[in-house]
Amino acid sequence: MSRKQLASRLLQMVIVLIGISFLTFLLTFISPGDPVRNMYISMGMVPDEEIIAETREAMGLNDPFLTQYFHWLGNCLKGDFGTSFSWNKPVVSLLATRIWPTLKLTLCSLVLMLIIAVPLGVLSAVHKNKFIDFFVRVITFFGVSLPNFWVGLLLILWFAVRLKLLPVVSSGGDLKSLILPSVTLAVAMSAKYTRQVRTAVLEELSSDYVIGARARGVKESKILWGNVFPNSLLPLITMLGLSIGSLLGGTSVVEVIFSYPGMGKLAVDAITTLDYNLVQGFVLWVAIIYMVVNLLVDMSYNYIDPRMRLKR
Amino acid sequence: MEKKKNKFLSNKVFVIFGILAILICLVAVFAPQICGDVDPTAGNLAEAIMAPSAAHRFGTDKMGRDIFARVVYGSRSSLSGTLILVAVILVVGTILGIISGYFGGWVDAVIMRIADMMIAFPGLVLAIAVAGILGPSMRNAVIAISLVSWPKYARLARSLVMKIRHTDFVAAAQVTGSKTGYMLWKYMLPNTITTLVITAATDIGSMMMELAALSFLGFGAQPPTPEWGKMLNDGRTLIQTAPWTMIYPGLAIFITVVVFNMLGDALRDILDPKTE
Repeated sequence: MSRKQLASRLLQMVIVLIGISFLTFLLTFISPGDPVRNMYISMGMVPDEEIIAETREAMGLNDPFLTQYFHWLGNCLKGDFGTSFSWNKPVVSLLATRIWPTLKLTLCSLVLMLIIAVPLGVLSAVHKNKFIDFFVRVITFFGVSLPNFWVGLLLILWFAVRLKLLPVVSSGGDLKSLILPSVTLAVAMSAKYTRQVRTAVLEELSSDYVIGARARGVKESKILWGNVFPNSLLPLITMLGLSIGSLLGGTSVVEVIFSYPGMGKLAVDAITTLDYNLVQGFVLWVAIIYMVVNLLVDMSYNYIDPRMRLKR
Repeated sequence: MEKKKNKFLSNKVFVIFGILAILICLVAVFAPQICGDVDPTAGNLAEAIMAPSAAHRFGTDKMGRDIFARVVYGSRSSLSGTLILVAVILVVGTILGIISGYFGGWVDAVIMRIADMMIAFPGLVLAIAVAGILGPSMRNAVIAISLVSWPKYARLARSLVMKIRHTDFVAAAQVTGSKTGYMLWKYMLPNTITTLVITAATDIGSMMMELAALSFLGFGAQPPTPEWGKMLNDGRTLIQTAPWTMIYPGLAIFITVVVFNMLGDALRDILDPKTE
């Protein structure tokens, strides 16, 4: 990626972020709940109308929409995402403590997914239309049709309730409490990814250089792992970057099931208590993480694909 | 037409899963007849949390409601919600995509930048936020998922329109004085609709899961309406004592998603000329 491309990508990211921030702010603005009333109720008070009106004025909630938006955006740029009233803490510090558990969960499930999907996908592609291929395809088909929240519940039922091997609630930060949530996330993802690996490898296997190598008598295993597999990595890495996005959303469901102390659980709780500052902060943070990851993925092509280096 | 009919009926997978899909729809339509006089919303605390038996085939939940009846009636909200959702995305995405591709210029720029914004963002996160902020209900869950899913269809429709936009037959039609509305309806739509319908058909399964996920989190169907995702969430708290409360609704989602995924794949194989 040249410097010019990088600059235009960064500019695009800024535009998308402004759009996303505007959308989330607009949504909280038109939402039916009254944040001030909820704030007092969550503090255990039943306020009268006068106090509500005064607080609204003090919080700037009576200003015109755009004034409020730019005020909020300005604060965000300074790193101040407001205060979460349900936790009575700054949004930034809340998200900061929750971000690492979520990233840990995401990374664990990604690694697990790769361990399952890459061998299965390659095996299936090499033995195309044989029994193994058929078997893998049936399994992946069922895999993509399983809702992850049900997988999570079944895993809890089996490994935590029946066998008592693992904890039901994964609120501790230890390795044992990471296992079930990451397996849950990995199941559905690895099914999708196995298909992608299979398609990518099949595509490479049918290219001319493979026929040439075979004709020259190069060992099949050498063709597969020395040429075909590295060449099929490129589309897979793109997929990986995109799946981080769906993972960040998917973790919220899994985090709720396992009571895992991550960002997703925090966000779902924030939405149920109408803690809008926290919701807005969460949405923006996820957007930033997602876009940075995908930028890094695109930049990594420079190192993976020699053609990209030559183009520069 | 005769030939086309054969193409559908000679595909065994399509026929088998088509029949299964119709059966699932019939279950939803004839739910009252299947359950007899069992009310899925009426609780009986004397019969709470009972294991599956002859009287309650799938057991009862913590309110003493019959889970079999709830699963059967649950097909109504899950199916109607999903079908409305897919229809909304298909219609909105197609219209915006065709307009964007046909007119180009600033209309195209505005629509596509909004689409880029939605695509550059993890969908479920925004859907959760939208559904939560608009207030939990099945309608808002459908709105939330539509809001983040239409760009895929708009992009597809746009690229298909752009492909034929500058061909001779389109120019000829314009020169001979065809009105814009006629152009869109008679030339642009027919050239995009097959691909878009295939995409929609293959998406039914995953849309159903996303809708169920929102309900599971509490942002979809509200009690006492029976809905599979919501039932799973109710069963979650009883997992140690009454696992049947979460097994049957989950199985219902799984089977339905499998059937619609197979049907969508078969439809793609039949209609997509690339795989022939």
